Amino acid sequence: MIRNYLKIAMKVLLRRKFFTFISLFGVSLTLVVLLVATAMLDHVFAAQAPEVLGDRTLGVYSMTMRGPESIWSGFAGYQFLDRFIRPMTKLPSVEAVTFFSMPGTGISYLDGKKIESMVKHTDAEFWRVMRFNFLEGAPFTVDDDRSARFVAVINEATRDKFFGGQPALGKTLEVDGQRFKVVGVVPNVPILRISPYSDIWVPIGTSKTDAYKRELVGDYTGLIVARSRADFPQIKSEVQSRLKEAEALIPDPKMYKHLDGGADTLFEAASRLFLPGDSETSHSERLFLIFAGLAVVFMLLPTVNLVNINLSRILDRSSEIGVRKAFGASSWTLVGQFVVENVVLTLVGGLIGLVLAAAVLAGINASGLIPYAQLSLNVRIFLDGLAIALFFGLFSGVYPAWRMSRLHPVMALRGRSV
Amino acid sequence: MIHLEKVSKLYRTERVETTALDNINLEIAKGEFISIMGPSGCGKSTLLHLMGLLDEPSEGTVALDGKAIDRYGDRELARVRNERVGFIFQQFHLVSDLSVADNVEIPLLYRKMPNKERRKAALAALDRVGLSSRTRHFPTQLSGGQQQRVAIARAIVGKPGILLADEPTGNLDSQMGDEIMGILEDLNQNEGATIVMVTHDPRMAEKTHRVVRLFDGRQVQ
Repeated sequence: MIRNYLKIAMKVLLRRKFFTFISLFGVSLTLVVLLVATAMLDHVFAAQAPEVLGDRTLGVYSMTMRGPESIWSGFAGYQFLDRFIRPMTKLPSVEAVTFFSMPGTGISYLDGKKIESMVKHTDAEFWRVMRFNFLEGAPFTVDDDRSARFVAVINEATRDKFFGGQPALGKTLEVDGQRFKVVGVVPNVPILRISPYSDIWVPIGTSKTDAYKRELVGDYTGLIVARSRADFPQIKSEVQSRLKEAEALIPDPKMYKHLDGGADTLFEAASRLFLPGDSETSHSERLFLIFAGLAVVFMLLPTVNLVNINLSRILDRSSEIGVRKAFGASSWTLVGQFVVENVVLTLVGGLIGLVLAAAVLAGINASGLIPYAQLSLNVRIFLDGLAIALFFGLFSGVYPAWRMSRLHPVMALRGRSV
Repeated sequence: MIHLEKVSKLYRTERVETTALDNINLEIAKGEFISIMGPSGCGKSTLLHLMGLLDEPSEGTVALDGKAIDRYGDRELARVRNERVGFIFQQFHLVSDLSVADNVEIPLLYRKMPNKERRKAALAALDRVGLSSRTRHFPTQLSGGQQQRVAIARAIVGKPGILLADEPTGNLDSQMGDEIMGILEDLNQNEGATIVMVTHDPRMAEKTHRVVRLFDGRQVQ
């Protein structure tokens, strides 16, 4: 019976080309948008190289000094991280701690041509937390950082710009008037991976001034790798208590009295950024609900459209419905038939959507719109897409099929015929 | 076999109540071939739909093999229609997206039956109506007479015992009409099919065992 249904489904789709086109267009376009959005979110938040430990990493991203009349917000300050977060490596629940600055633009001149690169200052532990596949050389060491040696790890794009794609190991490059010896080359990291992203990574000790060492609020980020996610609550509460301790170091206690911040997953940090407010616990839940809500609304529109199209498409076949009822089809059998047809339609739309989404992602990767983007449709996204297509198929098919199955056979037979 | 007792059918809208059938009493025995005649709108098709369990009477009883249809639920009605009744329509009502053989298979889709056996039965039914060379064609590729033969094959493929034909020759010229009538007579005489046929054509009605005449929803003969 299913074979017969599939046969009819394909024939109906081919015969009613306009309906088929509109339906497929709606399904595939929605899927493209959802899949591209999912790929972007995946690109930012999912644990993938070099952030393979991302699933059990908390970040101290933002800090705020607050006073009765003043507020100073920024990223974490190095002093706070160095004095209060680095010692957390001794806790049994913590596997590693690393600090790095936000990437800043570094200017170089090569043969009279200005080159802009993103430069990030990191500690040596950064290379243990971020698992880069080195194309050349190796990361700089703890000793390099402590001794403020002018060494650098660069990405492929920087190697191409400075050295024409030739091996760069041992060669030097000048950035913002400082000469660095290249000790390693790594693949490009997309800008959406905000923690590892940069063009050039140099030891923190090579910073031009040591003002950063006195900052509670600055432009650094600290990452804390937990032994497991189950340790997150304990680590978060430990960071909170250390923030309280650090308030004693606030440079101007008359202006600022409190130091706010915390250890968050990247998603929680993003939630806090997009949904400012005081409700500490529900930021990420709210952002998740907003994303889910948007996705549902976005899917609901083509679903409603499909319901309408399906209603007219199915009622157009009232004669067939009458015949099938006359020859022994029960209402539920007919619901099954039309749902199968609709699922076939939406799965075809889903496949088209997947192909189009892959093309769009490849286009974004190639366009340079998002530097070093490596957006791709992975298996999870493919399965998400399939689930979304089935969602369309079932929800847009069940109601029209049910309406149709309620048709009185005599009335149905009075409809169109061959 | 088919028993109608004090059967009436009313169609109600908010303003108007129309009587399609009024106090019909009819007994059709196994193996009978009867025709129902009357002017347009007199309730012939409604009567056929009631006999075929496609509709329910407003009053009275329709019984098939001694069992009143008001005792059947949707699934049971579907099963009885599938096993006991075969319909032939004036408009043929073939599914244009399906081939001739696939159309004939429709009643068997609702029975537990292997695909091969179903296909074999469909081909046998098509052979019975002389269309074994057109199995892969689509309805629109056939003449009116051929389409009606496909419809007859579809009606008999499940060996239902009762054939209900609603003006089966109404859309055909006289020669094709005669051919179709010949097939129906053959099914009645040689295979014992009980046939109820609605017709406007006295020539066709003459070939049946008995004529039931309706006028304004009432049985006049």
